[in-house]
Amino acid sequence: MELSREDVLHIAKLAKMSLEDDEIDQMRDKLSDILKNFEILQTIDTESVEPTSQPNELYNATKPDIVVPSLSHEDIMANAPHRDGDFFKIHAVMDED
Amino acid sequence: MSNYYNTIHETHKLLKDKEISSVELTKELINRVHDVEPKVQAFVTITEDQALEQAKAADKRIAEGNITELTGVPCLMKDIFCTKGITTTCSSKMLYNFVPPYDATVIKKLNDAGMVMLGKANMDEFAMGSSTENSAFHPTRNPWNTDCVPGGSSGGSAAGVAAGEGLFSVGTDTGGSIRQPAAYCGLVGLKPTYGRVSRYGMIAFASSLDQAGPITHDVTDAAIVLNHISGFDDKDGTSMPVEVPDYTKALTGDIKGMKIGVSSEYLSAGLDDDVKEAIVKGIKQLETLGADVNWEVKLPDPKAALAVYYIIAPSEASANLARYDGVKYGYVYPDAATMWDTMHLTRAKGFGPEVKRRIMIGTYALSAGYYDAYYLKAQKVRTLIRKQFDEAFEKYDVIVTPTAPSTAFKFGDKINDPVSMYLSDVYTIPVNIAGIPAMSVPCGFSKGLPIGMQFIAKSFNEEAILKAAYAYEQSTNWHSMHPEI
Repeated sequence: MELSREDVLHIAKLAKMSLEDDEIDQMRDKLSDILKNFEILQTIDTESVEPTSQPNELYNATKPDIVVPSLSHEDIMANAPHRDGDFFKIHAVMDED
Repeated sequence: MSNYYNTIHETHKLLKDKEISSVELTKELINRVHDVEPKVQAFVTITEDQALEQAKAADKRIAEGNITELTGVPCLMKDIFCTKGITTTCSSKMLYNFVPPYDATVIKKLNDAGMVMLGKANMDEFAMGSSTENSAFHPTRNPWNTDCVPGGSSGGSAAGVAAGEGLFSVGTDTGGSIRQPAAYCGLVGLKPTYGRVSRYGMIAFASSLDQAGPITHDVTDAAIVLNHISGFDDKDGTSMPVEVPDYTKALTGDIKGMKIGVSSEYLSAGLDDDVKEAIVKGIKQLETLGADVNWEVKLPDPKAALAVYYIIAPSEASANLARYDGVKYGYVYPDAATMWDTMHLTRAKGFGPEVKRRIMIGTYALSAGYYDAYYLKAQKVRTLIRKQFDEAFEKYDVIVTPTAPSTAFKFGDKINDPVSMYLSDVYTIPVNIAGIPAMSVPCGFSKGLPIGMQFIAKSFNEEAILKAAYAYEQSTNWHSMHPEI
């Protein structure tokens, strides 16, 4: 599977990650190389095989409903790059107009 | 006499018999770190002051008779485990200033046992890599030959222990990240069964594959550390409520009649001649010790497992790493004008090239139109791989393979060719796909560089691995060799 520049830009957009111009070509070549190695899977018959999402048998993980202390507001906010009081601060989500 | 190459069990005896104090030992190790760190660079953060405080507290515990095997023992922890009040970077620019408000469960358990943490060990960024060259800060060098990589992603952990900068480490293993660096650095590295050790507070890479485990000088030390870090944790919904045995009880040295399986496919194409020779010799040694070895066991195709891994791990990573948006913690791009630009540029500048590649692969494999062909297909082949291992373990107690196809490679050899880098994990990856435990044990040298032999068992049968590996280790001398650095 060969990717195009447009494919790479589309994936980067989905991943919310901008790419420099020279990065786009490098990414296209290296991702195409990696995808080639996935072709072996198409040769394996998986008709009527169930997918595995995690290796152990699932069990119902419940715990007693006991109130325990959680982290303080200040502990959580201490790492915020930008804050305004008790809020994380970011640029406006919607335009003013 | 120096103590920095001592095992945990030797150190424990010295501390218990009061032949040395933890403060004395910790000071000796700190000096050792100062001596060799310029050459090795195993650490991201050195926590000298906290270590001395912990050593004092350990000595107090020892005086009160409240000692565990890990009390007062100096070590280093992979920088993927959250440590309360101590910067935890995952060797990424994205987390260069992140100070966790809580401890990972692994760290909490080790603190409760009285460990002395000398610092946080370097790694490939977000545990993505096999050489530690992907660290955003600096490479780590292999103490056996500083022109070579220490392996990865737990390269700082392995190089640090091998260079005497800590008596043990805990790393994490998503596709070989404990076992491959342990092999490259002449150490024992154990990846437990998925669900054996809590993942709480361990920065997530691929959540259905990640597992923490010890990197140590010998098999006994691996069993000791495993005793301390294992167990169900209600903070990790995938940790399993399976009783934790005393793993040191498995170290009997008796493997007469033990059924060991070997696959000739795993000893053929792509394997270095010297590595093959050492592994074959190691397996014959197991036969001499009384094990019943079958050399023609059918195991999963490692190339298919590699493809499954490089779909599933990046897919899970692309979801896990979506949290790095420059809002809550870590790096933020300072000069963007809008919310979306800030996010796009934070991720563009905060992640290194390999992390970006994996996010891109994962995003693609999960995207509309490709999900069935890649992600779902990989999950189905994962089922087949598990089944093939299950079938093998109906007949065999342990399977033995090489840990890696070669010894440690030189800096720059593979860093620009992701696919060839991925191949260095070809023997370790099938194990993570199946969720089963495996351990690398030193079994020889090639041109001065260590070789590792991998022991694999069925889920929650770490004891079989420890038993076989211990018997092997006790009949050889490899584990007691140290680099001159």
